[in-house]
Amino acid sequence: MFADFIPLFVIIAIALGLALTLLAAASWIGPKRPNKIKRTPYESGMDPIGSARERYSVKFYLVAMIFIVFDVEVVFMYPWAVSFHDFIDAGLVATVGVMTVVGLFVGILTLGLVYDIKKGGLEFD
Amino acid sequence: MALASVTFFALALIAIASAVGVLIARSPIYSALSLVLNLLSVAGLYLTMNASFIGVIQILVYAGAIMVLVLFVIMLLNLDALPSPRSIGWGPILGFVLGIGLLAQLLYVMLTSFGISLEAAEPVTTAMAVENGSANTLGQILFTEYALHLQVAAILLLAATVGAVMLAQRRFA
Repeated sequence: MFADFIPLFVIIAIALGLALTLLAAASWIGPKRPNKIKRTPYESGMDPIGSARERYSVKFYLVAMIFIVFDVEVVFMYPWAVSFHDFIDAGLVATVGVMTVVGLFVGILTLGLVYDIKKGGLEFD
Repeated sequence: MALASVTFFALALIAIASAVGVLIARSPIYSALSLVLNLLSVAGLYLTMNASFIGVIQILVYAGAIMVLVLFVIMLLNLDALPSPRSIGWGPILGFVLGIGLLAQLLYVMLTSFGISLEAAEPVTTAMAVENGSANTLGQILFTEYALHLQVAAILLLAATVGAVMLAQRRFA
């Protein structure tokens, strides 16, 4: 029922309201006496050199890609966890069957991880 | 259910506004952040339609993982903010109107000649939506009837992993 999700929307509204209120209060109440040092990116730190928009190594992209693959894997495992009690109630054959299906699924995806590690895709030098 | 309607219209408004934001933002980062807001509001829309599992997955996979990938691509390509747009001539506007006209025509032909009705065959009740949208129902059917399809999805994900490793590991002399 939609009514079940109302607390969720309420907590999102509270979180959003709190964040906006704090930001608004800080800019409204807080004293503003800017000077040259205060406006540097790192006050009392190092002077920044060059642009922040540097090109990143493709290695980070590889990590992100593998993260997505295993994120999707977990998504598929969630219905398995939720419906597992019903499979146990349905008997031994159903339980072994679902374990085989999920085992095969995880096994195929683990092959990808093994390939990645063997190829040194997760090594940063 | 006045509350459901209010939630729907609020979320729909946020979704449309953020989608426009994706298109008109000059900086790719602002564009990507608008896309996050858009995906979150669509997830909220799924929740108002009682599709709880798909709503959570929308946040987890799209707003979480896919957006990480999009931001990585932006960082990888080192995209800068676009220059200010030049004035749009009459050509694109005329093309847009003609395109909309053609689309309407195509839809009309498809709806009339293939007998597709815009009305649902049987009205979906709230109980049906709650039942079909739950993770339990999905699990019951995904690991029995659609077990083969699940393995095909696994092979597809494996291909994505291997492809990413292949592309990232390639040495350019």
